[in-house]
Amino acid sequence: MADTPKSAPRPGFVLEVDRTTPPILFHHGEGFRMEKLPVGRSRVVYPAEPLHGLEDPEGAIADALANPIDDDPLRSQLRPGMKLTIAFDDVSLPLPPMRRPDVRQRIIEQVLDLAAEAGVDDVHLIAALALHRRMTEAELRHAVGDRVYEAFAPDGLLYNLDAEDPDNMVILGHTDHGDTVQMNKRAAESDLLIYVNINIVSMDGGWKSTATGLSGYQGVKSHHNVHTMRHSKSFMDQEKSELHKSNWRQGDIIKAHGPKVFQIETTINTNTFGDTGPLSMLQKREWEWSMRDRATFAGMQAGLKRMTGPQKRKVFQSWRAPYEITSVQAGEVEAVHRKTTENVYKQHLVPVQGQTDVLTMGLPYLGPYNVDSIMNPILVTCQGLGYFFNLYRGKPLVREGGVVIMSHPTPWEFNPVHHPSYIDFFEQVLADTTDPVEIERKYEKQFAEDEWYRHLYRTSHAYHGVHPFYMWYWASHAMQHLGDIIIVGGDPRAVRRLGFKPATTLQDALEMASDTVGPQPTITHLHNPPVLMADVS
Amino acid sequence: MIAEQLAGKRVAVTGSTGFLGTALVERLFRSVPDCELVLLIRPGKRSTVEQRAKREIFRNNVFDRLRDELGDGDQKVGGAILLEQMADRVHVIAGDVGTDGLGLDEAGRELMKTVDVIIHSAATVSFDAPLDSAVEVNLLGPTRIAETLHDLGATPHLVAVSTCYVAGNRRGPANEELLSDSPFHIDVDWQAEVRAARRTRADFDAESRSAARLEEFRARARNELGAAGTPLLAAKTEQLRTRWVSEQMVEAGRARAASLGWPDSYAYTKALGERALDERRGNVPVSIVRPAIIESAWSEPVPGWIKGFRMAEPILISYGQGLLKEFPGVPEGVVDVIPVDLVVGAIVAVAARGPLADHEGRTADDPDYVPPKPDITQVASGTRNPLQYRTLVDLVSGWFAEHPLYDQKGQPIAVRPFTFPGRGAVERQLDRYARQLGTADKVLKSLPLRGKQAMITAEVEEQKDNVERARGYVKIYGAYAECEALYGVDNLVALHASMPVADQHTFGCDPSIVDWNHYVTGIHLPSVVEHARVKTVGERSDPDARTKRLKKRVLSPDRQVAAFDLENTIIASNVVFSYAYLATRRMPPAERMRFMAKTVAEGPSLLALDQRDRTDFLRHFYRRYEGAPVELMDELGQQLLSDHILTKAFPAAIRRVRQHRQLGHRTVLITGALDIVVKPLAPLFDDIISAEMTVKDGAYTGELKAVPPTGEIRAQALRDYAAEHDLDLEEAVAYADSSSDLPLLDAVGFPVAVNPETRLATLAIKRGWLIEYWSKADGGADKALPFGPPPSPRRSRR
Repeated sequence: MADTPKSAPRPGFVLEVDRTTPPILFHHGEGFRMEKLPVGRSRVVYPAEPLHGLEDPEGAIADALANPIDDDPLRSQLRPGMKLTIAFDDVSLPLPPMRRPDVRQRIIEQVLDLAAEAGVDDVHLIAALALHRRMTEAELRHAVGDRVYEAFAPDGLLYNLDAEDPDNMVILGHTDHGDTVQMNKRAAESDLLIYVNINIVSMDGGWKSTATGLSGYQGVKSHHNVHTMRHSKSFMDQEKSELHKSNWRQGDIIKAHGPKVFQIETTINTNTFGDTGPLSMLQKREWEWSMRDRATFAGMQAGLKRMTGPQKRKVFQSWRAPYEITSVQAGEVEAVHRKTTENVYKQHLVPVQGQTDVLTMGLPYLGPYNVDSIMNPILVTCQGLGYFFNLYRGKPLVREGGVVIMSHPTPWEFNPVHHPSYIDFFEQVLADTTDPVEIERKYEKQFAEDEWYRHLYRTSHAYHGVHPFYMWYWASHAMQHLGDIIIVGGDPRAVRRLGFKPATTLQDALEMASDTVGPQPTITHLHNPPVLMADVS
Repeated sequence: MIAEQLAGKRVAVTGSTGFLGTALVERLFRSVPDCELVLLIRPGKRSTVEQRAKREIFRNNVFDRLRDELGDGDQKVGGAILLEQMADRVHVIAGDVGTDGLGLDEAGRELMKTVDVIIHSAATVSFDAPLDSAVEVNLLGPTRIAETLHDLGATPHLVAVSTCYVAGNRRGPANEELLSDSPFHIDVDWQAEVRAARRTRADFDAESRSAARLEEFRARARNELGAAGTPLLAAKTEQLRTRWVSEQMVEAGRARAASLGWPDSYAYTKALGERALDERRGNVPVSIVRPAIIESAWSEPVPGWIKGFRMAEPILISYGQGLLKEFPGVPEGVVDVIPVDLVVGAIVAVAARGPLADHEGRTADDPDYVPPKPDITQVASGTRNPLQYRTLVDLVSGWFAEHPLYDQKGQPIAVRPFTFPGRGAVERQLDRYARQLGTADKVLKSLPLRGKQAMITAEVEEQKDNVERARGYVKIYGAYAECEALYGVDNLVALHASMPVADQHTFGCDPSIVDWNHYVTGIHLPSVVEHARVKTVGERSDPDARTKRLKKRVLSPDRQVAAFDLENTIIASNVVFSYAYLATRRMPPAERMRFMAKTVAEGPSLLALDQRDRTDFLRHFYRRYEGAPVELMDELGQQLLSDHILTKAFPAAIRRVRQHRQLGHRTVLITGALDIVVKPLAPLFDDIISAEMTVKDGAYTGELKAVPPTGEIRAQALRDYAAEHDLDLEEAVAYADSSSDLPLLDAVGFPVAVNPETRLATLAIKRGWLIEYWSKADGGADKALPFGPPPSPRRSRR
């Protein structure tokens, strides 16, 4: 592909809906809806086309390691007898999982080659999953490659972080804001900690990689709380993110009391569904769909109609994205991250003029926390009101008191292995209240310190007991900002339990929204994924 | 004046805790202030006679009026005064008319010597009493009283309460005369009847112990309880045996009564009781009062007062609820109903009047007095103020049409007009329905249903009970509805007429005062409906109200321990599945295929063995683990948690365990599953009691260390556990899913049936247990067969 010259990718843009506009694609879990938006007052925000990938990713990685930003070449930092720990992003990145070889594999292989050359023999590899679920053997193999896996895993040198292991977590200190900095003991005591990151959205990376990824509940709760999230506007915008600031404060403590960190960050393009292949129309603009695209899409819709939920899930979850690497930068954490953020913005930012009354979004089948799993109602909330709502810089896409309409089947279904505490959060906590502050005050500690959840987190593949709370906090800024939240095509019981309003069709939802925002509201549709970030002025 | 005639007298009453007796005590207490009462009460199983008297008589709402009067409107104050007065005026003595000598102690005997009047109203009024108990109480009771008085050398006036129906099933007049004076009299030797009744009991008891019968009872117990373990099955079998004997005795009573022309064993034993008393009364002057069907009060102490659910009430309510659509009867026949206060009035008036003068005209005060033949007073309405069956039916259906009962959904229940079918037609219709339900029940019980589906069986069972009850009513009461005798009341009317006007107000007993229209629709039906606690308003009742109430009790902080079964209570899996997972986890593909085929083929025979005897099954099955390395099993056990147990688990069950812990209850898992399988669940519970295999040379032997905790062993395990931790089983909760867990469920104060299979569902409903329907999380990987994922492809290490 690299050999054929490609046209320059077109930037993202805002389409004003007029009479010639065809129905617009809404993702809808493991399916899609084509929706006609009201003419004259609707607009659609389209993502940029995928940027070109690096022609020689291996070379770029080698170059980044040899010429790091504000740091010495990696080779010079490696010496025999040293303690080296390589931490890497977990299964929540990228989304969907990318085709082999994974970025992490490419980088880790090169790092390990350098370490071997330098005679380093005390190396640990840790999946920096914080309070996420432990990765399975297959997932670890996919991330680091079979070669690395087989060289390290059998000897216990490649493993998932266990943030509840009392013997292997340390407190590095506290910031002047009272944030606690916690880290895996092995990482903290290493002579060099190399972090291998994949940056899919602008929230990822920087100090968040180590300060959050290698931390446990003590450290994470410093910023994973309602107050922080309500003061992160948005948490995708580093300038205005309290979440970001807290992580950077924690970074200062790591700099002072923790290991030397060598940060390797990568950005990937938005080639989520491929230029060719069965899903390629999903990243095209609807009026540019070819006959072939239309036929494929119609066929897919017909096929999906005949499938059961689990069958559809299996099909979608097996999709591997043909992402390409757009940049690699290594070295000092903050300097590296500035560069990374620039590169992320280059792909994601779409300028949008002014806010809207009603923001519509079609939620896809996948979010960071349901890889190989179900997007349960709490994850639906987080996906829409946490991630999608916060994909803005400047002002939220929707005005204060406005309405968000999300499209997702929102089934009353949970993966019992991955999300046991979610089930109880949904059945017990949300049945009592949906107010994030109340929930945090009344229930967080009980779930966070629950022995059974701790056991499942440590030994099975369960998200930590407190994780569903974070999903709710992630949405707390949106909940405070919005006048109403409507889910189209969801299980009405589940939607009501979330405290939202169920609607059968988008038309109904728009009708309902006008009760809150008045008649003839302006409407903006966030055409995501592929991912975009609205730069609202 | 009656109050003056009885002033200073000591009146003994038997049967004072019954409907009539309680009304009698109240009236004597309230309206004859200067008499003393001696109450002969049978000691209860757990209560003394004094406690029974207080609870069953003086705290009854029959005394509400008096409490009101005494306390000037304040029930509490009045109640205190009432109890004070009771201490002054009432002697309660232990006694039982069912035993010779009345079971009196010395003090009781002394007291009995001093009584002036004895009103004998104790009886087995149940229309379907076993023959021998009806004989002991109804036939021999009056005689025993007379003989005891004879022994004591006392001759108080004995007023014996009998029934109009002693006249038997016949048409035409039945007058106030001794049965022996009646032209329709059949001379049976009452002593021979007593002997025969006792012998019949012995005969049936002997038959019930025959091998064939015992086998039948065992089979029925098994059908009802399933594999509940020997002790429970044995207890059930014995219960079925005694119940069978009792049923035979009921049937024998009915048959014997019918053969001699009485509607049932009650009338038959009462009739012979009158005869026996006449024969054995000696010097005791006897008056007999024969009421017809006694129903709620006309005016005293308050209109509509009634105690207990009596003969006509269940029929009326069943009709109102639409359960009973027809009742046999002759439309132009007479239903002889008499309000209780009229009966009380007649009895008190007879007692006050005293024994009749003898044939020489001497009164009882005369030392030469020779008691004459017993005098009879019939208290019935049929001749003087008849209530026709058709009128009654019209009044009842009219009233229910205006005041319908409501079903669970809050809809009024429509009653159908009666068609007055013959008894045979109604019985045939009910028999047919019962047969259909029986077939449905058999089919359902043979299916492996669980949870909500199993509840269909429970519903069928409930319907069966309803039909059984309706059949019972028709069988027992049908004869009464068809009885067309007309009971003469000349003595009664004369008695009423002889009273001063003031007494006629208080003790009046002339049935002509009853306005049937007002009585049925204004007094009796409202009272009965209120009494029956049925729904009379059209609001939808919360269908979960009961479940919520039970759940609250189960989750009360007062509970001390919660015991859980594993399979189908916490996870939808079983030992075979766990084994299949563990065994296949490390198998190469070809071997896996063979293993799967073999396991699937073995399925049915394993299932059958499991249903026969769980312990044998487990022992047999666990042999398969022979030679399994302990270390490998530990590692695989951990994977089993994520791959198998969690996906098959009921999240609500796990939540419930943790809820109990939060409430400070101890939680314990008691399961026949292997320790290696349940070990990953350890953090969920305080303790786990499971099956353990012995280990030899780092490998399992396939033999168990002890009998696995299933069936009664499981109950014992919980008992031991409770004893060890000083826990009260009455405060324990147990969760289980199958009838083989009955010993465990029976052992605790708060049993909970989880996704019960049919038999347990039926039992749980009958016993009012909490039933939980827990399901797997929608969204777990659903594998048809429980085999471990194949080992991941491994490349050889460089």
